[in-house]
This record gives sequence, structure tokens and C-alpha cells, in this order.
Amino acid sequence: MSEPVLTIKDLRVSYQTPKGKVRAVDGVSFSLMPSERFGLVGESGSGKTTTALALLRLIKPPGVIESGEVHLAGKNLLSLSEEQMRRVRLAELSMIPQGAMNSLNPVATVNNQIIDGLRDHGVNSPKHVLNERIADLLKRVGLEPSVADMYPHELSGGMKQRVTIAIAISMGPKVIVADEPTSALDVVIQMQVMETLIGLQEELGASLVMIGHDMGLMAQVVSRIGVMYAGKLVEVGTVRDILLSPLHPYTQLLVESLPSMESKLTRTRRPRGIPGITPSLLDLPAGCAFRPRCPKAIEQCSTITPPLEKVRADQWTACHLYGETEKQDGIPAKA
Amino acid sequence: MIQDTAAPVARSRRFANHVGRLMKLYPLLFIGFALLLTVILVGVIGSRFMDPDLSRAGSTPLDIAPSREYLLGTDSMGRDVLAVMLRGTPLTLQVGFMAATIGMGIGIVLGFVGGFYGGIVDTVFKGLADILITIPALLILVVVAVSLTGPVSINVQALVIASVSWMLPTRTIRAQVLTMRERAYVSVAELSGANRFEIIFLEILPNLLPYLAASFAATVAIAILTTVGMDALGLGPQNVPTLGNTVYWALFYSAPLRGLYWWWAPPIITLGVVFIGLYLITAGLDKIANPRLRSHG
Amino acid sequence: MTTSYVLKRLGVFLLVMWGAATFSFFLPRIADVNPIEERMAQLASRGAVSVGNTEAMIKNFEKRFGLDKPLAEQYVRYLWNTARFDFGFSIAFFPTSVGSIIREALPWTIVLLTVVTFMNFTIGVLLGAVLAWPRAPAFVKVVAPPFMGLSAIPYYLIGIGLIYLFAFSWQIFPISGGYNIGSTPQWSSAFLWDAVRHSILPAASIVLSGIGFWAIGMRGMMTMTMGEDYMLLAESKGLKGWRLFIWYGMRNAMLPQITALALSLGHIVSGAILVEVVFSYPGIGGMLVQAIRNFDFTLLYGIVYLTILGIAIATLILDLTYPRLDPRITYAKG
Ligand SMILES: Nc1ncnc2c1ncn2[C@@H]1O[C@H](COP(=O)(O)OP(=O)(O)OP(=O)(O)O)[C@@H](O)[C@H]1O
Ligand SMILES: [Mg+2]
Repeated sequence: MSEPVLTIKDLRVSYQTPKGKVRAVDGVSFSLMPSERFGLVGESGSGKTTTALALLRLIKPPGVIESGEVHLAGKNLLSLSEEQMRRVRLAELSMIPQGAMNSLNPVATVNNQIIDGLRDHGVNSPKHVLNERIADLLKRVGLEPSVADMYPHELSGGMKQRVTIAIAISMGPKVIVADEPTSALDVVIQMQVMETLIGLQEELGASLVMIGHDMGLMAQVVSRIGVMYAGKLVEVGTVRDILLSPLHPYTQLLVESLPSMESKLTRTRRPRGIPGITPSLLDLPAGCAFRPRCPKAIEQCSTITPPLEKVRADQWTACHLYGETEKQDGIPAKA
Repeated sequence: MIQDTAAPVARSRRFANHVGRLMKLYPLLFIGFALLLTVILVGVIGSRFMDPDLSRAGSTPLDIAPSREYLLGTDSMGRDVLAVMLRGTPLTLQVGFMAATIGMGIGIVLGFVGGFYGGIVDTVFKGLADILITIPALLILVVVAVSLTGPVSINVQALVIASVSWMLPTRTIRAQVLTMRERAYVSVAELSGANRFEIIFLEILPNLLPYLAASFAATVAIAILTTVGMDALGLGPQNVPTLGNTVYWALFYSAPLRGLYWWWAPPIITLGVVFIGLYLITAGLDKIANPRLRSHG
Repeated sequence: MTTSYVLKRLGVFLLVMWGAATFSFFLPRIADVNPIEERMAQLASRGAVSVGNTEAMIKNFEKRFGLDKPLAEQYVRYLWNTARFDFGFSIAFFPTSVGSIIREALPWTIVLLTVVTFMNFTIGVLLGAVLAWPRAPAFVKVVAPPFMGLSAIPYYLIGIGLIYLFAFSWQIFPISGGYNIGSTPQWSSAFLWDAVRHSILPAASIVLSGIGFWAIGMRGMMTMTMGEDYMLLAESKGLKGWRLFIWYGMRNAMLPQITALALSLGHIVSGAILVEVVFSYPGIGGMLVQAIRNFDFTLLYGIVYLTILGIAIATLILDLTYPRLDPRITYAKG
């Protein structure tokens, strides 16, 4: 059995705001096998982006990574020096950021924006070799070589996103973190870009952390899913388990709210989303953060915060309802 | 009965808490206000205790260094510098505030009307402001002041300065009204049937207050800068010992080269305090109005 | 660059210059000030009227303005003369022409202010950018506030302080003027060195108050830029700090600063009137003040026209070059 390429242990990130401390990521652990695709879902504000940024150590003040470990191929990223971390970015761990519409430097050509990354990671090839390499990269993400000389404002949304993918794969990283890579695109292009990304990830043998809040889209793309709620992972499992036998009441509601085949055919719309309001991270209830909205809450839920524990093979959840079953703690990983 | 007396106390305590929190959030803003208030109070209160006659030429011996009798010494025209300062500081601030108020008033009207109605009116206002703002104000003032026949009074000077102080407020207010109008349309659509102008006024104006305040502070600073510049060029009102006028005469009599530091330094230090105070206020209000400027670094 | 854009921009330029000339033609006629009479009154008050001079002056003045001709003809003649930079004779320094007075004073102002403006811009923009950079060395945060404070104070006031300290108390630098009294302007190294020594204090007073101005603007822009999505992607690319700082941060944050630089270069002619007065510097600002004191309207309008010309040229150059700096701006607009 192979070793995980990326392991995250008890990661904690908080933002110090004038109104108090926001624990945006509150003890997240999971791991990723080589060339695995892992999906991170959760509603807005649940801490997905913060988790992704923390992996690359790109949390900006007023945010701080308080504790935890991020192991990438044997290195604990959180204990590297700033310069060592810089070398890891792009070369071993790359990111496709949220809001890719404005992610390219408006005053530099596509060509230069790719070359900058290569140069700062020790690629010293002469100009014509680099140009060839860039033409090849662009071809692989489905763009014409002429795009190299264009400025971001001359590109469509889908093209810009393809450029960010080209940048992300340019040094052949071990892990790619994609933060809602297609949320700003329209549906048709969404699928095309997603296919490009998946194809390249498989080709490179890289692992992929895919962030999104569309459980349906996610299910078509990844093999395992982690569900986040208020800064915590509340359930981790294979797509199949999550969709067919979700354990956590939040996951259950999420899955129920997915438009089913029938409703798609008959076009009857069931109310999407989950009753109740998203909790404010500034004053979370004691115990389980989901309790106020949970239809199945029991007594302990308002006092004790349930830890993430293994309930079945390959399926982990943080819920008191499974107190009777035999449990096992540790880091949720693929068996 | 107890409630009756307790309520105001509680309210004033809450107010004090509020001020305390604001002070912590925006310390520079408060330092700015403190500086400006100090200058205003010293000028206004001090001038009550000072014989204004001592600010007339020939009322004292010449060029006396600071002493017990003449705290800030006397100048080469036979004036008590302290008396000159106490009379001149409020006058200078007065011109600045008057000019800024008028300029700001014009700016609010033009900015609101232009931003709100758009079309040709807007094009004309904006074009005028854009062109005039590129021409140095002092230059316009030189031409105007030289072309005016007869001596300029404090009020005329304020008016003249106001005529070159409206462009900046007009532009910033117009830009803000435009973005606010875009946002306001949503709620206007919802509240269909309601008076559009009223809603936009009620929605826009409160939101604009920090901008207006920051813009006003900046305009006051520019107006004072302009009036001092005019006076120092000898284009201001004659026989009124404004700060710029004092600088003019100090230069005229080569005070810096004759070691008469008590003559040229007081107006410069006072102006420095005023300008830094206004700068801190503007920067602080800008931060409130435009949170993106807040840096976390 | 499309020809039509350039032509259009040139058209605007000519329009502005025509407007400025028209303004300076009509203003004295509206203002109802007779410059010659004012001048006579002034000279009379000094008891120094030389009759022959006056007559020659009046004649010349009338000839230049063609005051006996109809207004339309006067106007056309005025426009034609102005276009050739012929502003006639100075009223105060008759029979010296306004053109030659300006030609003598202009280099002093232009050299001093161009050097100083670029210095301010470079130091200020760098300082401001570093201030907004989270990984900046700590000493920058200590160095900056004094400059920010000084930027609020008009530079001629700083100049007075500098004169007192460095020219009166310590006598390190000359007190005033552009060169030693007694020497004549020439291209010798001794004279140039003398001129440089004389310009250090005026330059210092402008720099001391100018750096903060640029730094404040740049800090604001840089802070905003740091929050942009493209900075995050750039950092996730593992770029070296300097590349991130210069080519992703400063390069974007500087665009509005460049516009401001062009404008302040346009303001060079009138940029430091009061500094020139404080230091008795032989530039345009000093000439302007003399013109005001002497009711020398021809000289005054010559300088005003020159100032507007400077601004118009600066904006023209900016409009023609800016699209090269910001690819998002297309030539078609404008
Ligand atoms: N710079 C910041 N300062 C203060 N709080 C922040 C900051 N960035 C994020 N947060 C807070 O951290 C929490 C998690 O934010 P995050 O961006 O990680 O959510 P997300 O799951 O990515 O949401 P979305 O789906 O909207 O992208 C939110 O409550 C947010 O308010
Ligand atoms: Mg996010």
C-alpha cells in the first residue's frame, strides 16, 4: 500500500477581527493518496478557501495558522523557512485560486506570467526553448499558442481559467489545490474546463484537492469527499458512501437537497438548501455547531463537540448519533 | 424617578464608550482633531486677553527678542508678534473654512445634480471641473487678484478662493453619487412607486457622510494653503495680519537672515500644526469611508 | 497607434491653447485695468517717470495690440503673435521683450524642478510601495512618518526653516539666488558648481515635502493592489519576493502615480513660485512675482500662457504614451 502524498493534521487557522477571533479552520485533518481526487464541500464561509490557503501558507493578516501539520511528501510545510516554502509552491504544490477572473496580472502577457513562475524555480532554458514549453502548456490546456502574447483583458473567462491551469501544472506539481475553479463560468464551459483539468491531473499523476459547494458537480469529478461545516470536517467518505448512505445529518440534508433524476425530468423543484441560517463563526453554540439546525439533535449535542471518528470502513463523521458503533480516531484516509 | 436620572447617565457613558472605541480604532483622527482644536482655541481665547492694538505697526519698539514683556518678541514693523499671531490665526482659519464651505457647497450641488441626472448637465460640470483642476489654483488667483481693482477684503479673498476650491469636491461627490445610484436602483425597484429622488437622497446622503467629511477636511487644507500662498505673495488683504501676511512681511524684511526667528517661526509652526492636523483628519476619515485602504501590515 | 487618435489628441491640444490665448486676450479688457495707466501711476508714486520712455512705451503698446483697430482684428493679431511666442515688450522692463525675459528665467526653473520632481517621484513611490509591503524591513516604518508629516506643510515654509538653519546659523549653503552675485551665467564648471550649490536648499525644501506626497499616494494604491486576486496567484506561483514586489505589485500600483507624475511635470513652470521667492531664485516664479508687483501685465500673461502650455504638453504626452503602460487602455478611447 502506498503512502499518502499529503497529510493534514489538526489544522487550525483563525482571523483576528475587531469583533473577535474567527476560527475559520478548526482542527481539520485529512490525507490524500497519490493521484487521488479529493473534494472539499461546504456552504459559503465554512472555511474551504482558508484551508486551501493554509496548505500553501498563504494566509494573510489578520489571519494566522495557529497550529497543525501539513506533510507534503515527507516535509512538514508549516516548519519550513519562508524561502523553502516559496520553492515548494508551484513546483510541488500549486493552486488554482478562487475568483480566477482577476487572477492574472492585468499588465503582463500570458507568456510572461507563466515564465516568471518557471524562472523563479530554476528553469534557465533559453528563450526559444521556453517559448516551445509554453506553447506546449497552452496546447495541453486547450489554448492556441497565440494566446501567449495576449493580455488578460483580451481573454474570455474560460480562457483565463485555462491559463491559470496551465500555470498550475507548469512545474508538474505533486498536488494541485483548485478552489472553485469553475464557479465563475457558465455551465457548458464549466464542464469543458473541468474535463481539461481532470485530464491533465491524471496525465501528470498529481493529486487534486477540489473545492466547491456544488455537491452534484463534485460527485462527478472526485473519488472522496470531505464535508465542511463551520470550520470543521463533519464527514469524510467515498462519493458512493456519501451519496448513498450519508451519516452526518448535515450531509444527509445536503444530499437530499440535490436535484434527483426524477425532479430533473418532471421539473418539480424541491426547495434547495438547508433550513436555518449559516452560523456566525463569532459566536458558535457550545457543543456541535450544527445543532441549532439539526433535525436529529440529541442531548449531548449541546454540550459536547463530537470529534471526527471512523464509523465504517472509509467513512468518518463527527456526530453523536453514532456513539454506539465501534469507532476509531485518526486521520481520515483512503484504505 | 431613579430611571429618569439614570438614563442620561447611562447614555452619556455609552457615548463615552463609543468615543473611546473610535479613539482606539482611529487614533490619528483624534490626534488631528486635537491639534486643530488646540490652535483654534488658543487663537480664539488668547485674542480675548490680548490688546489688539499691539498688532498694529509702530505700537512697539522694533526687533526685540522674546522677553517677559513681549512673549514672542516684536518685529521690524513695531508689532508684538504674539498679538499678530493671536489675531492672525483665527483670521486665516476663517478664510480657509469659509472658502471650503462655499466650495464644498458648490461641489455638493454640482456633484449631486451631475451624478444624479447625468446627460449634458453632467458632461458640462464634469468637463469644467476636469479642465480647471489641472490649472494651478494659485495661477488663476494671481490673474484674478491682479485684475481686481481696489484692495481685497478677507471675505472677497474667501470668495475668490472658493471659486477655485469646488472642483475636487465636485469630482469626488459625483463619482460617489454615481456608484451609490447604481446600488440604490435595486431598492428603488423594490419600493416602486416611492419618490425616487427622496429615496436616493435618504439612502445616498447618509452613506456619503464620511466621504463628504473627508472631502471637506481636504478642501479646508487646500483653501488654507491657497490663502497663505496668496498672502505670502502679497496678493491678500492689506493691513490684516493673517499668517500668510506675516510670512510675507517676515520675508520682505529678510527676517530669516537677520536671526529674527521669533518672527518667521511662529506662523510657520502654527501652519505646520494646522496642516498636519487637517492631514490626519483627512487620512482618518478616508480610512473610515474607504475600508480597503486599511492595511493590515 | 492609430493616426486618428493622435490627430484627435492634437486637436484637443490646440483647442486648449486657443482657449488659453483667448482667455488672456479678453480678461484684461473685461477687468477694466489699463496696464499702462497702472504702470504710470506706480512709477509716478516712486517719482520716476521718464517721459520719453513712456511715450515710446505707449506707442509700442498700441502698436502691438493694434488698439486702434477693430476688436476682431486685434484678436486675430493677438492669436497669431501668441502662437509665435511673441508676447510683446515687458511693461516694467521696457524695452526688453517678454520672450527674452522668459527665455532667461525658464531654464533655471525647468532644470531645478525636473530634477527635483523625478527625485521625489522615485524616492516617494519606492517608499510608499515598501510601506504597504508586509515583509518590509522595520526601519522603513520609522523613516516614513516624518516625511508624511512634512508633506502636509507647504514647501516654501520648509524652505524658510532651511535658510535659517543651513544658510544663516551654520552658513553651509548660500543664502539666496541662483549663482554668486558678480558671476555671469556661462557654461563653465565653476559656474555650474556654483549653481548647484545654490540650488541645494531650494531643492531640499521641495524634496522634503514632496517625498511624503508620493509615498502616501503610492502606499494607498499598493495596499489596494496587495488585496487583488492576481497577487494571490502570483504568490502561489512561488515567485521571488522582489519579482512579486516590482512586477506584480508596483507595476500595477504605479499606473495612477504615473498620471500624477505627468501632471506635476506639467505644473513645473508654476510649481514652486514661492520657493523661488523665498530663495530669490532666478526662475519663472520669481519673475511672476515681479510681474505682479510691477503690474507688468504682458509678462504676467506670457507666464500664464507658458504655464498652460506646459500642462497641455504634459497631458498630451501622457495620453499618447499611457496606452503603452496599461494594455487595458485602447487608443480608440478618448
Ligand atoms: N481576511 C479575513 N478576515 C476576517 N475573516 C475572514 C477573512 N477571510 C475569511 N474570513 C472568515 O473566515 C471564514 C471562512 O472563510 P472562507 O473564505 O475560508 O470560506 P469559504 O468556505 O471558502 O467560503 P466561499 O464558499 O464563500 O468561498 C468566514 O467566516 C470568513 O468570514
Ligand atoms: Mg472560498
